[in-house]
Amino acid sequence: MIEIEGITKRYDATTVVDDVSMVIEPRTIVVIVGTSGSGKTTLLRMINRLVEPTAGVIRLDGADNRSLPGYELRRSIGYAIQGHGLFPHRTVAQNIATVPVLLGWDAARIKRRVDELMTLYQLDPQAFGPRYPHELSGGQQQRVGVARALAAEPNVLLMDEPFGALDPIIRNKAQEDLLAIQKRFGTTIILVTHDMEEAVHMGDKIAVMDAGKLVQYAKPAEILAKPASAFVETLVGASEKPFRLLSLGRVRDAVETGTAEGEAIPGDASQRDALAELLWSGRPALPVKGADGKPLGRVTVGGLVKRAARPA
Amino acid sequence: MKEAGVKAWLPSLLRLALVVLLIAFVTNPGWFEPLLKPLTESNAPAIYNQGSLLTLTLLHLRTVLIATVAATIVAVALAILVTRPAGVEFLPLSRSLVNIGQTFPPVAVLALAVPAVGFGEKPTLIALFLYGLLPIFENALTGLTTLPANVVEAARGAGMTGWQRLVKVELPLSAPIILGGIRLSVVISLATATIGSTVAARTLGEVIIAGLLSNNLAFVLQGGLIVAALAVLIYDGLSAIERYTARRMGQETA
Ligand SMILES: Nc1ncnc2c1ncn2[C@@H]1O[C@H](COP(=O)(O)OP(=O)(O)O)[C@@H](O)[C@H]1O
Ligand SMILES: [Mg+2]
Repeated sequence: MIEIEGITKRYDATTVVDDVSMVIEPRTIVVIVGTSGSGKTTLLRMINRLVEPTAGVIRLDGADNRSLPGYELRRSIGYAIQGHGLFPHRTVAQNIATVPVLLGWDAARIKRRVDELMTLYQLDPQAFGPRYPHELSGGQQQRVGVARALAAEPNVLLMDEPFGALDPIIRNKAQEDLLAIQKRFGTTIILVTHDMEEAVHMGDKIAVMDAGKLVQYAKPAEILAKPASAFVETLVGASEKPFRLLSLGRVRDAVETGTAEGEAIPGDASQRDALAELLWSGRPALPVKGADGKPLGRVTVGGLVKRAARPA
Repeated sequence: MKEAGVKAWLPSLLRLALVVLLIAFVTNPGWFEPLLKPLTESNAPAIYNQGSLLTLTLLHLRTVLIATVAATIVAVALAILVTRPAGVEFLPLSRSLVNIGQTFPPVAVLALAVPAVGFGEKPTLIALFLYGLLPIFENALTGLTTLPANVVEAARGAGMTGWQRLVKVELPLSAPIILGGIRLSVVISLATATIGSTVAARTLGEVIIAGLLSNNLAFVLQGGLIVAALAVLIYDGLSAIERYTARRMGQETA
């Protein structure tokens, strides 16, 4: 659990982060969104003390994050940034091994962990381990950047626009990979983005920042349904709201009894995808199948449209 | 294909030939007497005869090596110091100190150093050391202040201490630029060391000065050629190391 309490950062007279308090539950993903310059990066960097706060406390599992020297604290917290920041003079394997080496793990354990992470990220350790970062594609570099951040099995992972430099297709894949890895390791992730789509898709909770202040901190559905201010409303994008709301739900939760013609849609697809498919094919209903391929029922245009309406 | 192969090999072959020629010349200068003989008058010796060329070459290299190692240590240490948060205020001061070392003519340094430390290698070492500081310091400063920001940020975020960042990230990343400074400094020192012989340092300058005193063009030429060959070979070798370290990091090199 991460408790942020009355955190403020001032540079001379300008207040960059203004009295922010929030609690981040373990094993969840919190996404910080806001316009550029709203203080997202500064807030994130105060968690691992790359920036020292002017006032306030941050506690990790109850312990003040100032109870350790900064460098020791940072070894226990994963950190991934936009443009990955890989060390160009070190191989992929050496890059991933950075924090374990600093922590003094023995060579065999480091190798096991590096191989595990590379395999997890679909990078063959034999082929890619000895390469230098500039010999990889952008998507591969980004994966190595996240693997490096995860190498020492941190409970907490801080990510500052980690997918910002990726093209849309690789970006989607990177988001899915991250969600899968978060499930697998149970890592608490705090991710900064200015992309609302990404926030709704990735976040268990979303924190909206505006001019250094935390203006709303809630589940994505609530942010969409009850934006706390005109600013949040704009950020959410009024015209996109119903679709974002649908993208939060799975098809299996919108199933109605009955049958329909045509190719079945999987139950864990998003409701937004189902609606898009219905509209595109001009049909009133789609059959739904479970993970085992068995029919679950159907989804209808009418049913989905109701779900896209503002919740009561 | 074949032509490209030859082109790629030509510089290496030339370098190899130069190495062989240089070694042959300093170990068996007698072989080259017929070539130099036409440059002498009234039966003067064509090959330097007041000492072994090999010994002088090795002493010359030793002087340059000691001066360069000392200059590198001091210049890099200074650059590290003034790029740490605690040392920034010394940046302008150290810049001007090093610049003074450069603008002071080496001959003047020799003249001033002799009364203090006597004749021989010492005043030469002092002059070469002062003269070699600036290129290394300037390059080290450039290297350490133009590191990619997100790489330094990642090093800090990974939990490296200041010392670890310096040794594991900052110095390796600036190595190609620092090496460039060392290369410049070595080449300047190789040439400048010759004047050390005016204060009795044992360098190849001895051969040139002997030639000037006895009006023997062959001496002047052989002293000058050995220094030039050394400079070309060392410059080349250091350039190759620089390119290797830069290419490994994916940096483009000119
Ligand atoms: N070291 C600093 N000194 C002065 N101002 C800073 C510093 N770091 C950030 N700022 C200012 O703080 C504000 C918030 O920055 P940042 O946290 O990077 O915003 P975001 O990540 O939301 O774009 C910006 O206006 C920025 O100029
Ligand atoms: Mg930012």
